[in-house]
Amino acid sequence: MDIFIQQVINGLTLGAVYAVVALGYTMVYGIIQLINFAHGEVVMIGAMIAFSVIVALAPGGLPPLVVVLIATGCAIPVCMFLGYAMERVAYRPLRGAPRLAPLITAIGVSIILQHFAMMIWGRSPLPFPQVITTVGYDVGGATITNVQIVILVVSTAMMTALALMVYRTKFGAAMRATAQNPQIAGLMGIDTDRVIAATFVIGAGMAAVAGVMVANYYGIAHYTMGAPLGLKAFCAAVLGGIGNLPGAMLGGILLGVVEALGAGYIGDLTGNWFGSNYQDVFAFIVLILVLVFRPQGLLGERVGERA
Amino acid sequence: MIDEALARWKRHPAALAVGIALVAVALAVLPFALTANFGTTWVRITNFAILYIFLALGLNIVVGFAGLLDLGYIAFYAVGAYAYALLASPHFGLHLPFWAILPIGAAVAAIFGILLGAPTLKLRGDYLAIVTLGFGEIVRIFLNNLDQPVNITNGPRGIARIDPVRIDGVSFGVTDRLGGLVVTGPIKYYYLLLALVVVVIFINVRLQNSRIGRAWEAIREDEVAARAMGISTVHMKLLAFAMGACFGGIAGGMFAAIQTFISPESFVLVESVMVLAMVVLGGMGNIWGVILGALLLSFVPEILRFTVEPLQRQLFGRMLVEPEVIRMLIFGFALVLIMILRPGGLWPSAVRKRELAARDGAAPR
Amino acid sequence: MQPRLSAIALATVAAFGLVACGKEEPPKPAAKAEAPAAPPPPPTMTVNIGHVAPLTGGIAHLGKDNENGARLAIEQANAAKISIDGKEVKFVLIAEDDQADPKVGATVAQKLVDAKVAGVVGHLNSGTSIPASPIYNQAGIPVISGSATNPKLTEQGFKQQFRVVGRDDQQGPAVAIYLAGTAKPKTVAVIDDATAYGAGLADEVEKTLKAAGVKVLAREKGTDKTTDWKAVLTKVKGRNPDAIFYGGMDATGGPLLKQGRELGIKAVFAFGDGACTDEMRKLAGEKAAEGLICSQAGIPAQASSKKFLDAYKAKYNVDPILYAPFTYDATNLLIEAMKKANSADPAKYLPELQKIHFNGATGPIAFDEKGDRKDAEITIFTMKGDKLEPTAIMKGGKTIAYNDFLQMLATAVSAAGDAAKAPVDSAAQAGRDAAKAAVEAGKAATGTPK
Repeated sequence: MDIFIQQVINGLTLGAVYAVVALGYTMVYGIIQLINFAHGEVVMIGAMIAFSVIVALAPGGLPPLVVVLIATGCAIPVCMFLGYAMERVAYRPLRGAPRLAPLITAIGVSIILQHFAMMIWGRSPLPFPQVITTVGYDVGGATITNVQIVILVVSTAMMTALALMVYRTKFGAAMRATAQNPQIAGLMGIDTDRVIAATFVIGAGMAAVAGVMVANYYGIAHYTMGAPLGLKAFCAAVLGGIGNLPGAMLGGILLGVVEALGAGYIGDLTGNWFGSNYQDVFAFIVLILVLVFRPQGLLGERVGERA
Repeated sequence: MIDEALARWKRHPAALAVGIALVAVALAVLPFALTANFGTTWVRITNFAILYIFLALGLNIVVGFAGLLDLGYIAFYAVGAYAYALLASPHFGLHLPFWAILPIGAAVAAIFGILLGAPTLKLRGDYLAIVTLGFGEIVRIFLNNLDQPVNITNGPRGIARIDPVRIDGVSFGVTDRLGGLVVTGPIKYYYLLLALVVVVIFINVRLQNSRIGRAWEAIREDEVAARAMGISTVHMKLLAFAMGACFGGIAGGMFAAIQTFISPESFVLVESVMVLAMVVLGGMGNIWGVILGALLLSFVPEILRFTVEPLQRQLFGRMLVEPEVIRMLIFGFALVLIMILRPGGLWPSAVRKRELAARDGAAPR
Repeated sequence: MQPRLSAIALATVAAFGLVACGKEEPPKPAAKAEAPAAPPPPPTMTVNIGHVAPLTGGIAHLGKDNENGARLAIEQANAAKISIDGKEVKFVLIAEDDQADPKVGATVAQKLVDAKVAGVVGHLNSGTSIPASPIYNQAGIPVISGSATNPKLTEQGFKQQFRVVGRDDQQGPAVAIYLAGTAKPKTVAVIDDATAYGAGLADEVEKTLKAAGVKVLAREKGTDKTTDWKAVLTKVKGRNPDAIFYGGMDATGGPLLKQGRELGIKAVFAFGDGACTDEMRKLAGEKAAEGLICSQAGIPAQASSKKFLDAYKAKYNVDPILYAPFTYDATNLLIEAMKKANSADPAKYLPELQKIHFNGATGPIAFDEKGDRKDAEITIFTMKGDKLEPTAIMKGGKTIAYNDFLQMLATAVSAAGDAAKAPVDSAAQAGRDAAKAAVEAGKAATGTPK
């Protein structure tokens, strides 16, 4: 039983990270039906910036929490700017172009960001300074660390704040209006270009936080770390119903838990014919099954609000 | 555009014949010219470019003609390659001849195409994209892990010492002399690939204007309307997946023969994305555009490999930025720029061109 | 109008290959500029040596490390003003990026063959080395890999294919025997990253452990990009193994070790050479890394060649990561063979390379008939305090305590200058008493693998 609890804790932590990154995908998709494949790279840049700041500040004798907060505070604006620049340069000129054209620019942007990061931070995996000492707590025989708790709390807080903003503020209403029909929204006096840019910026800011959390959790940062994470988060977004905010959260958490339980139990369930080597297959099969039986994703709707 | 041109050419058979003859001579001399001027490397690079034309044309059927976004296309390439490798290597001790394996590889790939197509018929757009992506990853992960409990694919270690193509006692793996001509292995493969690719292009051109091709186009433009017109969308979609997969399978078989070693790391997601980039960059739905895209994306990185370093030395006298980094950066910027300047691709299909002109500022989708 | 336009367009497309390559002027002068090896002006001659490793992608840092090693050897050789056949030789390193992609590996190999290199150091990965090997073989160009450990590479019967690093089926058993002999585990969990390297190593470890009567749990696998090992480790923790072996690289091994300790796993962790660096301490955290056992092919760099380490540090301002000493040796081997044959012609110096005895940065080197390194020693390291310390040398299934080995080496070197094999054998003799238990396990085990 303690093993099971432990696997659920593992899955929840992983899922929370997926969810936060997935929100970036789903917001952008919801508003302009674009898969921003370069979103994973923004997560990586966030982690890298934080890495540099922490390395610079760590010997200064500041309390560890302050160091990490400053690092995150530096990573967020950089990533936000990056998100804005990406939208401005690579995606905005392509509104109204065939649907796949922005996909290719996204791939281009992704290659560019990766190799810039490689030029700046080098090729080696960077040991992310462990300024915050990991402490484990006992929960029914399982261990949960302070970093895991922070990830869960911060993710939940960010998701709640985002939901409040989208559903309770005037700007959120503008976002939803733009998502439903950009022309009419424009006629209603909404500056859709600004709304779309803001969507990218918000998504990038959350990606920065996700990057810092991931790097801190795993203790490692590398210029290739963005792509695999982005892929999983994208799956999570689709699983929940792309374009749907609660869907992305649900999809992320679900994917994380499915992966953890899959890796943990698939071997025993199949008499070791399949092992943890099929962990990713397990996640993809769940995704495919869900989509085959519910083609719009778990919470997605064909018609209706998307934000 | 090309089709109209071809139609008009039919009225001027002499011009057509001269054009074709010129092109044929150029293509026939090409490998020797390349070997003499730039070395065998470029013949090899050209061969891979032709393989990518295969792949891009196959994917074009699915994405360009039928409008089904497929992000796991490389899986069929993998299936074809493994079919060849398992039937012509010491791994199982089987050494079937080339002409027997290629159809088998194509057929197995086509079956996989239907396997992928059948459950995803109802899915559209991005949902289909993610399912195909998952499918591609699943195939790769299985190839990587099917060395246990029974060793089928030899897992991550891959399959080595695959037989090179052998036709009529002529082995494609070694260098021969024909009179004064030195015919290296890559040159032989070049001619074989060229012959195959001509056939594939011919099939594609014929397909596009056939009943099937038009049915695909109808489905791409409006599935509901297409069904109302009496098109069996189920059959047509499955056919698109199967045909696309079939070309991928053939390309995979040739890849295995040329490389003589394959392992799952050759069939990663990035490759799928690359082939898709060729299709979109060249001009979705237009066969000639797709070929252009495939040629560009396979040659440009290699050209950069050969030029970036000497150029930097000439300009600055030393290496400022490492060539690999510059190569990838230029490649990335090129993708972005081309798409922004020509969103329909470098050589868009006629339909797409009209759409772009008509839409003009309208909402995406 | 229209048909003519289209005709031109069609012709352009068809001839695109020509055009694209036609633009290709620059490489030619470049290749030519470096290639006047054949008819040189009398006093000097240029010898090109190729090096191939991934310089982009996930293990680009290891690729650069490899290249640095080779480059250092080239520069030292140029500084030493070596003369071959009466001419002073200028060695030029042509460094290529194979992106760890088998297809690119073959293309790059052809490029080096076209550039008429005299020898090649690389490739880094077995996955690119194997498809490249037939191309080098046809051209008769000697290739020495400093890091490709897949046994298949030298099993293809290619006479010019060598490696200076131990094979998976040498290193795997060695670390397993040491583990069985010292930690004396009842059950061991074996994890790998599902790559040719990681799985190959893990398979050998599992085989050897099983032969030694140790219970091995069902294999767990991640990927070469996995950073979240918690699910796998939680499952493993439930089975209570006494030791955990991981076959994989540093970027995945670090998080694995860190997360294992976070979950409260007390077992001994053992890694292969891909994750056997001082950096592990930072990647996993100091406390977590303490006591880590890992293996490296060859004898430890700090034991044999301080000269190499200092030169590397002086030139690149960093410490070598992993295989740099091996590519350094591989390059020197090529140069040494050329010197002995008094020719840079591959056909002429290849026989010298086959029978070479050389004292390199990674210890004495000689090749067997397959091109594998003869009697490759495997060093076992343990993480103590802030760095990895060599604890034992494994050779032919025997464990030799490191200090005994050093002593033997010292006396042997003073006794006989260039006898490469002798010292090690006597060391093995002396070391036998020191680790008797491990030897027993070793004898039991060496029968089965291979």
